[in-house]
Amino acid sequence: MSGHPGNRGEHVVGEHVVIVGASLTGLHAAEALRGGGFAGRVTLVGAEPHPPYDRPSLSKRVLAGRMSADSTGLPQRQDLDAHWRLGNAAVALDRDTKTLTLDDGTALGFDKLLIATGTRARRWPDTAEAALTGVLSIRTRDDALELQARLAARPRRVLVIGAGFVGSEVASVCRELDLDVTVVERSAAPLAGALGQWAGAAAGRLQRGHGVDLRTETSVLALEGDADGRLRRVRLSDGDVLDVDVAVVALGAVRNVEWLAGSGLAIDARGVQCDPFCRAVDTDGRPCDDILVAGDVACWPHPLYEGLLAVEHWDNAVRQARVAATTILHGAVRAHTALPTFWSNQFGVNIKVVGVPGRADQVAVLQGSVERAAFVAAYGRGGRIIGALAVNTPRALDAYAEMISSRMSFPPDLNAADAPDPIRVLDLAVPAAG
Amino acid sequence: MSKSTGVDSRPVSVSDVSTPRAELFARVLDPASRANPYPIYAALRSEPVSRQSDGTWVVSGFDEIAALLHDPRISSDLRNAGQPAGGQSLIMQDPPNHDRLRAAVMGRFTPEVVESLRQGVHDLVAGLLDAAGPGTRLDLVEEIAYPLPVSVICKLLGIPPQDEARFHGWADTLARTLDLDPTMSREEQDAIDHAFTELHHYLENLVADRAEHRGDDLVSGLLTGGDHGEPLRGEELLITVRLLLIAGHETTVNLITNGMLTLLRHPDILERFRHEPDLVVPMVEELVRYEPSVQFRYRAALADIEIAGTTIPRGSVVVLLLAAGSRDPGHFTDPDRFVPDRLPNEHFGFGGGIHYCIGAPLARMEAQIVLPELVRRLVNPRLTMDPPPYRPTAALRGPRHLWVEVDGVRP
Repeated sequence: MSGHPGNRGEHVVGEHVVIVGASLTGLHAAEALRGGGFAGRVTLVGAEPHPPYDRPSLSKRVLAGRMSADSTGLPQRQDLDAHWRLGNAAVALDRDTKTLTLDDGTALGFDKLLIATGTRARRWPDTAEAALTGVLSIRTRDDALELQARLAARPRRVLVIGAGFVGSEVASVCRELDLDVTVVERSAAPLAGALGQWAGAAAGRLQRGHGVDLRTETSVLALEGDADGRLRRVRLSDGDVLDVDVAVVALGAVRNVEWLAGSGLAIDARGVQCDPFCRAVDTDGRPCDDILVAGDVACWPHPLYEGLLAVEHWDNAVRQARVAATTILHGAVRAHTALPTFWSNQFGVNIKVVGVPGRADQVAVLQGSVERAAFVAAYGRGGRIIGALAVNTPRALDAYAEMISSRMSFPPDLNAADAPDPIRVLDLAVPAAG
Repeated sequence: MSKSTGVDSRPVSVSDVSTPRAELFARVLDPASRANPYPIYAALRSEPVSRQSDGTWVVSGFDEIAALLHDPRISSDLRNAGQPAGGQSLIMQDPPNHDRLRAAVMGRFTPEVVESLRQGVHDLVAGLLDAAGPGTRLDLVEEIAYPLPVSVICKLLGIPPQDEARFHGWADTLARTLDLDPTMSREEQDAIDHAFTELHHYLENLVADRAEHRGDDLVSGLLTGGDHGEPLRGEELLITVRLLLIAGHETTVNLITNGMLTLLRHPDILERFRHEPDLVVPMVEELVRYEPSVQFRYRAALADIEIAGTTIPRGSVVVLLLAAGSRDPGHFTDPDRFVPDRLPNEHFGFGGGIHYCIGAPLARMEAQIVLPELVRRLVNPRLTMDPPPYRPTAALRGPRHLWVEVDGVRP
């Protein structure tokens, strides 16, 4: 890879950039390439038949029937001038010949490849039970449409398996629609993986206060159907058997990396490994100049966090896509060091998060009050602030992002006007890094 | 038509490099700098967080202002910096009390309420311009910009038309309380105290009346409460209503006046605007960036704050020089040029963070109505004095008069 900002265009004219994954990351990378003056060919390969659309609203407004799935399409630049291969999944990569194979047998040559295949919903492990009518995931537009229709048909009870952000948002929509909902979570609290036990316990109180039948430290033993293959009942580890017509499997995401088997790239459960410039790393640890990775499928070293970071959020997809485009255009000049940040709306509460609270060993509320459901909590690890959670106080988070970036000590001395008195620092179970 | 770029024609005593950096903010406060403070801001920005010789810290860089507007270590209650209490209105308070009062106002000052005032603003503007004709010399401040916002606020609050004149007087006097001005004379202070007392009594009676006879006005709304706001009562309600009057008045006067001044200094853009009425939306936004009514706000540091390679000590008075941030070349291309369709235009003209201007939608609407009407109806307007005389206050900056000569006023 050659080139610097001064003479871009010369070496890239005529080049062919193939982007595998036609969602938020792929679209933003293509736009950033064109915005940066790239005049070569751009091909976007997408396994889904739909043009790029926005996923965050699927588990919120679309599900509640307040927004149509058709209106989730992402706006596109007029001058994208890309070749679209929608409805075609990539099935193999040959790095030596720089060729991609699609599921219809097409071989696609490239000069530069961006891997942005993202993730898919983790399926219910029992295939027979997973095949029952009424057992659903929510990841795609089609998933959201089907679930929205099933909720609109007013099922007797909805079962949500897994109380992460997606599961909790689905439960929130169910309550908004005045549907009975049972949430089953194996750990001690909802959202605990991302936000720790302390915030998880508060989220649990919120859910129960909104009428969710929340069952923590509980597992689904079996999903049972009728003779027509329709879901009818769920058998739980607490001994209860509940009548349910719909089960939403919200057990997190799986990286779409299988098609890269044998490619020689470094891949594990966290995704495709890349360097801070989005260059894929091979199994010998060498970065590849011509193969880049961005979005949910990527994991990379972040200067503020140990090990590799994998981030499945909207904001990261957009930012990392732009970094990947910069590397394609100009080489390794701009590192991806943005802090992870994401938001959620559930049970009438706005949740905003920056940093990586899930890795913290301590937490403290620094502003507001948990009882009044308006507060900011900071998360620390090893005496440094590494994350923050803002509940119904979204404007506060920029300041905390700055504290995290500048590696302020934890708890930071803010003396905020709305600080609790005294500030209590709670210890959290230390999660493993990376 | 000789002046096509007004910026450069203004007297600039500026780069008088002999002013030590630690004295620059004193020059900002000096009324002699009022016509063009921007070169002083540029000099300040070379050190975006700058300690002044009187111990205040002036923040003039875009990024630094953005960070501090959101920083929990920054307080709007200046008692935290050893200053006297600045009043109990929500702009001088911190969370959680600020949040509670703001939610009460936001719950009632909705987009629908603003929209419901639109026709009234049109009618007021038409009436003021009708009254201004047929002379050939107008003071746009006295005849248009000054009366309009008070009348709009009176409509919002449900003040009977016969009482509006008294509100004009109070608003005029009380606007000065938004400045932290140590040079204020005894007479001025007495006048302010007197206006406060009179307004207070008036509002007490108004509130008592609305408590008995609820209407669809804002005072009745605040008494009732809303989805997210609890009802306001007693002193808090009076103080909040008074704030809406003061904060919504002179800021809007200045927006309108600065807007016309800027257009008259850019005849090419004025001409373009005549043919491109849709320009008004981005143009008003650019006006708020380029000539903001609110130039700076004071804050207090609640803890030591490390920023831009320095540390603002706990207990310091901090000046957020918003107007300097909105002209930071690190954030805006060609920041000293008036670009009516500038995009993106993320400025500090309405502040930022938890204190972001509640009245911004109303101010935008008023400016978007009055500026096109002035341009349409005034025949060949010319500035008769440039720069015009300014009001003395530095934080709230705007002309005292804006005299224009016209060949007539179209019907």
